[in-house]
Amino acid sequence: MNTSYLPSDYLPVLIQLLLALGFIVTTMIVTHSVGPKRKSQKKDDPFECGIPVQGDARTPISIKYFLIAILFVLFDVEVIFLYPWAVNFKGLGLTGFIEMILFMGLLLAGFYYVIRKGVLKWE
Amino acid sequence: MDLTVLLVKGLIILVIFGITLLIATYSTYAERKVAAFLQDRLGPNRAGPFGLLQPIADAGKMFFKEDFIPAQASKWLFILGPCLAMLTALMSSAVIPFGDSIRLAWDGTNYDIPMQAIEINIGVLYIFGVVSLGVYGIMVGGWASNNKFSLLGAIRAASQNISYEIALGLSLIAILMMTGSLSLRAIVNEQATFFEWNVFTQPLGFIIFLTCAFAECNRTPFDLPECETELVGGYHTEYSSMKLGFYLFAEYINMFVSSAFISSLYFGGYHYPFMNAVHDGLTGSLGEIAGHNIATAIGTVVFFAKIFFFIFFFMWVRWTIPRFRYDQLMNLGWKSLIPLSILNVVVTGAGLLYDIKYTTWLIVVVMVVLALTSNARAPKSQAAPQRA
Repeated sequence: MNTSYLPSDYLPVLIQLLLALGFIVTTMIVTHSVGPKRKSQKKDDPFECGIPVQGDARTPISIKYFLIAILFVLFDVEVIFLYPWAVNFKGLGLTGFIEMILFMGLLLAGFYYVIRKGVLKWE
Repeated sequence: MDLTVLLVKGLIILVIFGITLLIATYSTYAERKVAAFLQDRLGPNRAGPFGLLQPIADAGKMFFKEDFIPAQASKWLFILGPCLAMLTALMSSAVIPFGDSIRLAWDGTNYDIPMQAIEINIGVLYIFGVVSLGVYGIMVGGWASNNKFSLLGAIRAASQNISYEIALGLSLIAILMMTGSLSLRAIVNEQATFFEWNVFTQPLGFIIFLTCAFAECNRTPFDLPECETELVGGYHTEYSSMKLGFYLFAEYINMFVSSAFISSLYFGGYHYPFMNAVHDGLTGSLGEIAGHNIATAIGTVVFFAKIFFFIFFFMWVRWTIPRFRYDQLMNLGWKSLIPLSILNVVVTGAGLLYDIKYTTWLIVVVMVVLALTSNARAPKSQAAPQRA
């Protein structure tokens, strides 16, 4: 296993991307051109179990989903902070461990607040 | 990196790409056969011997169906959705180490080519990056359909995927602490001896990771984004032809990649008990190069056996456990898995400071005791009903 990595070591990612893109674009073009095409007023409507369509689908939705997304950003940043610490854990030793416990404690205090505030309560 | 190495890499990528597609195709067949077995039916048995040509017939049918776009949908986003889902699924198989290395002799020197499409030192981060992009495919597709069922399915999917991604990331941190590397190959090589497989040192982390993998793949019991009883087809209600095929296909590829990821993170990847003895015996009797290559091949076969077991496990669970309710799903993710995985990190860290690897068994033991005594501790009025 090599220990130092050059930018060119990441070139295969590009090959993989091009291969995947090629596969997807080809499939899309083929399936678009071989299938039949028949249009009609009723068929073009959005599916709503057979009853007439009521208004537009893009109406406001529950704020809960938005709050979850905001919380996700906070916690995911925490996870990303933890990654470099975890990789260097053995080098940082006890000091690093205590520092990270403090950091996580602060974050968990916020988490406790969020739970008590009822953000994660689904009715 | 010279051109020859790049060409060899390209060849490996092509092979792994093909294998991924093949396994995903036949996973659909396996899924139906497993479902049939569990429900005491026969399953597909018309197309070819044992119905083995069924996936090909299905793919052919999908190609020749009408490529339908609803009038009120956002046309380009509607096309982009399944493409994104498929692209992220196809990209993620790249960094998985499928075997040790192939040894080639060239001008008297031995070249070891790792059995891995892209050998980078940030494999775990790469997979996380790609997997977290996967939610865009569902979100974009569901929103572009301009259909109420699709939108609800897409929002559920987004919410669920991001919630479980936190616990997924946190449960992995304990492994990174023990290995000290983000490279998947390094993590696999760390588990060379049987009792150092991460499933034995990180039992709790494994259970959390497995649960989150189910949620990330939108598999039952976490398949709320596409639950038929409430949302018709969920986020792919309006899709047809190969666009629908891409969504379904992406799910099976994700299942394959998750299985491979679980096998290499927790079950030693291409390692198996007495591997070194087998390797030494083969190189001793067949010579340096042939022996090494055959040993690598055995490792790869073992790795695929592990992957197939987990793919089967995914299906087994799907046809056994009923679906969660949405509030139960969110409570499990946020109020159980995230605190548990943080506890797991802390306990592992405390153990590692004293070079003890098996500390997380403590949490497991405490949890089992708590679960067994939960009925006795509950207040009398709220006690769980006694089964007759």
